[in-house]
Amino acid sequence: MIATENITVENVSRRGFLQGMFSAGAFVLCARILPEPVWALTSGASGSVASSAFHPSIFVGIHTDGAVYIVSHRSEMGNGVRTSLPRILADELDADWSRVHVVQADGDEVYGSQDTDGSHSVREFFDTLREAGATARLMLVRAAAQQWGVPESQCVADPVHVVSDKSSSRKLGYGELAVLAARQPVPKKKELQFKSPQQWRYIGKPAPGYDVTDVCSGKPLFGMDVRVDGMLYAAIAHPPVLGGKVKSVDDSATLKVIGVRKTIPIDPFKPPHAFQPLGGVAVIADNTFAAFKGRKQLKIEWDNGANASYNSAEYKKELQETARQPGKVVHATGDPDAEFAKGGKIVEAEYFAPHLAHASMEPPVAVADVQSEKVIVWSPTQNPQGVQEEVAKALGLKKEDVTCHVTFLGGGFGRKSKPDYAVEAALLSKKTGRPVKVIWSREDDIKFDYYHSVAAMYMKAALDDAGKPKAWLQRSVFPPIGSTFEAGANYGGAGEMSMGWNVVPFDVPNFRSENGQAVAHVRIGWLRSVANIYHAFAVQSFANELAYAANRDPYDYLLTLIGPGHTLEAGPQGPPGVGEKYPYDTVRLRRVAELAAEKANWGKKKSGKGSGMGIAVHRSFYTYVATVVEVEVDDQGTIHIPRVTTALDAGIVANPEMVRQQFEGAAVFGTSIARTGEITATGGAVDQSNFSDYQVARMNDAPRQVDIHIVESAAPPAGVGEPGVPPFVPALCNAVFAATGKRVRELPLTRNGFS
Amino acid sequence: MVHFKVNGHAQTFDGDPEMPLLWYLRDILGLTGTKFGCGMALCGACTVLQNGKAIRSCSKPMGTVDGLEITTIEAISSNGPHVVQKAWAEVNVPQCGYCQPGQIMQAVSLLSSKPKPTDEDIDSVMAGNICRCGTYQRIRAAIMTAAKETA
Repeated sequence: MIATENITVENVSRRGFLQGMFSAGAFVLCARILPEPVWALTSGASGSVASSAFHPSIFVGIHTDGAVYIVSHRSEMGNGVRTSLPRILADELDADWSRVHVVQADGDEVYGSQDTDGSHSVREFFDTLREAGATARLMLVRAAAQQWGVPESQCVADPVHVVSDKSSSRKLGYGELAVLAARQPVPKKKELQFKSPQQWRYIGKPAPGYDVTDVCSGKPLFGMDVRVDGMLYAAIAHPPVLGGKVKSVDDSATLKVIGVRKTIPIDPFKPPHAFQPLGGVAVIADNTFAAFKGRKQLKIEWDNGANASYNSAEYKKELQETARQPGKVVHATGDPDAEFAKGGKIVEAEYFAPHLAHASMEPPVAVADVQSEKVIVWSPTQNPQGVQEEVAKALGLKKEDVTCHVTFLGGGFGRKSKPDYAVEAALLSKKTGRPVKVIWSREDDIKFDYYHSVAAMYMKAALDDAGKPKAWLQRSVFPPIGSTFEAGANYGGAGEMSMGWNVVPFDVPNFRSENGQAVAHVRIGWLRSVANIYHAFAVQSFANELAYAANRDPYDYLLTLIGPGHTLEAGPQGPPGVGEKYPYDTVRLRRVAELAAEKANWGKKKSGKGSGMGIAVHRSFYTYVATVVEVEVDDQGTIHIPRVTTALDAGIVANPEMVRQQFEGAAVFGTSIARTGEITATGGAVDQSNFSDYQVARMNDAPRQVDIHIVESAAPPAGVGEPGVPPFVPALCNAVFAATGKRVRELPLTRNGFS
Repeated sequence: MVHFKVNGHAQTFDGDPEMPLLWYLRDILGLTGTKFGCGMALCGACTVLQNGKAIRSCSKPMGTVDGLEITTIEAISSNGPHVVQKAWAEVNVPQCGYCQPGQIMQAVSLLSSKPKPTDEDIDSVMAGNICRCGTYQRIRAAIMTAAKETA
C-alpha cells in the first residue's frame, strides 16, 4: 500500500521539540498528517484542528546508544496502542523491537488529534507511522553510505537495527549512525521504499502488550496512582439531578471528621453542560477515606431544577410513542409506503434499549496543581487536549498554560474523553493553593456519568412470497449526544445516524430510515461503539424475526438478505469516510457471516429445549463483524454462554494479538449490556449506584470461550476497539430465542425473566 | 494503636479506625498497586493477602488489622516475578490492567489453597473479581498455566 499524500516528515534533531526526551546527538524525525475532518459526532468535543498548522503526530528518535524512542500520542486504556502503533513504525524502520522504548506524549496540539476514541488509532496513523519509519531507515542508510564512502545502493538496513555494506561484511549499528543520519536532508516521498507485506516483521504478527510486566507488578501507572508532594484529596457531592443547585449546606459534621480540612462549593454549569463540572460541594481532606467520610456527613438541601420531573419509566413510554409516529427521514430509497399499502405479509416490531453507564474499573480521577498562571494536570484521559482546553477555560487561562500528563487509563470506553473531573481538580487546586486529587467513587461514576443513550426503535417490513423483504422501514428515537453540547438538541446527529441507521446492508429495494425527537434529562455521551449498540440490536433482531416469519434458517436467511454483495450507497448522512478508502462492501460482510457460521458449526446442533445459537452481523468503524453466540438456558432462566465465535474483517491488522483481545473483551462487554445493563432514574436522579445494582459480567456469567477468526485482507486498516460489541447483543438475544422461543425486544435480559 | 505487618515490615496505626486498609495502603504507605474499584467488596480490585488469604482491603477497617500480616502485589515475590505473574505475561492477560493486581492476588490465594483448581473452583473464587475489559478467558488460562508450573 502506498502511503497517502497528506503526510510529511521533518528532521527535528536540532529543534527544541520535546526537550529532555531525546539526548544531544539523537536523530529525531517527526511525521505530520493532515487530520481527517473532525467527525460530527465529536464536534464540540475536541474542537477543530487547524489543518494548516504543523501537526507532527509521530515522533521517532534514535539515540547514539542505539535505543529507539517512539512517542505514543494516543491514550492507552487496554486498546493496545502503546504496542500496536510503535510496532508499525519499528517495522518499516527495521528496528529491533527489544530496543524500542515507548514514551507517552503529554497533551499538545502539536500532535494533532489525540482524542482516543472512535476506534481510529491504527487506521488514522498506519500510513504516517510507516512513512516515518521508512524515512528514518533511508536516512540511516544514507548516513552509512556517506561514512563508508560507497554508493547508497550498496547499503541496506539488514538484518535488523544495523546498516550493512553489501560488498563486504561491515555493519554500522543505528546508534553509531544517529549523528550522521541527523545531518541528512529528509528524503522526498518518492525516494522512499516501503516494505512489501511479505517483508513485514511486526505488522500482522502477534505481539504481547509492551507494558504487561509493569501492569502485572502493580507499578503506579494509572491516574488513580498519581501522588504529588503536598497533595490534598477531594470528594465532591454532585447535584443528584442534572442542572440541580445547592440550596443550603451544613458542613458542621463534615468538618469534625478526622482528616477533613474544609469544604468548597463548586458552581453549577451554564447550559449546555458539555464538559463543565456538575457543581456541588467538595470536601477537601488529607486522604481519600477522610474525603469520602466527610462527604457522607454533609447535609445539603438541593434545588433539583427542571429535570426533577424525569422518570425513566414514563420517559420510556414517550420514546416508544414517538417511535410509532413518522419521524425525520434519514435516508430513503424506493417507496416503502407503496409496498406496505399493497398488504401481504407485514411484520412489525418494537425494540427498546436503556441507558448504560461506562463503569470503567478505574473511576474518574485527576490530580491538578495550579501554580500562579500555570497548571499541571495528571489524568487518565482519552482526550488530553480537551483537558487543556476545559481547564484553561474554567481558570481563564490559555490552553498552552495547561500541561496534561496522560497516565494509563483503567478503562475508558468513552467516559474518559470527557474531562469534567480534571476541571474539578483544577478549580479545587486553585482554591486551596495546593495540588488536589479529585477521586470519584463508584457511586459518583454510576450516578453522574455521560450515559449511553436510551433508545426506542420501531421496525416494519413487507415480505414477498419467498419471505424476502420488499420494503423496510426503521425508526429510532433517542436523546442525542448533541444535547451535551447544544441545549435543546433532540435529533440524532450525523455520526449517530451513520452508526448502523442510515443504511442497512441488505438487498431491499424500498427502504426508509427515520429518526424521532427526544429530550435529554441526563448527560449523554458516547460509550464503546455508541449508537451502533441499539441500532444493531434492532436491525439484527428484526432480521432474525423475519427469518422465522419466512420459515427460514436465520443464518441462511441472513445471507439472502445480504445478497451476493454489492457496494452500498450511503445517504446524505453517510458514515464518515465512506467512499474510495472505505466503501461499504457487503461482499466482505457476507464473508465474515459465512466464516463465523462455519467455525461455529452452525446448524449442526438442533436448537430448542434450552439450547440454541444466534447470529448477527454488523459493520462499524469500517470493520465487518459476524458473531455466533451459543447459549444454554436452564429452567430458572439462567443463561450460560459456552461459546462465542466471531469472524471479522478489519482490513490490514497491525497486531492480531491486540485484535483478539479487543474482540474477546467485546463479547464480555456485550454480555454486560445484554444481560443486566440498565440505568434508570426516579425524580431525575439515577437509581443505580454500584456493582450491586449496576451489574456487569463476571467470570461465571461471561462467555466461557470466545473464538476469534480474522479474515486476511489487504484493505486499509479499520477500527477494532469497538466493532465487536454491536453484533454480540442481538446474536445473544437471537440465541435466547432459538433456545427458549422467547423474543427479547427490550434490553436487558433480566427484564425478560432471564438471569 | 494497632500493630501489624505490611509486606514483612512492622507498621503501627493510630488514625481513624474506620479507615479501610485500602486507603491506608494507597494514601499513607503509597503502595498504589492495590486498586480502588467499588469500596464495597463487590469488584475485587483491592484484593490483598491477609496471612496468605485473599481479602478485600476496601472493606477491612484499620481498627481490625492488629497482629495481621498483609501482603500486597508489590511483594508477592522476593525474587523476580511470581509464577502467577509469569503466567499472566505468558498468556498476555491484561488489557487496561487496572483490575489485574487484584485478579493476581486472588489467583495466588486460590492456588495456595487449591494447587490444581477445576474450572468450577476458578469460577467460584474468581467471580468476585470484575474485569470490564473482559479478560476472563485469559485469566482462566493463566491460572491453569500457573497451576501446571507449580505442579
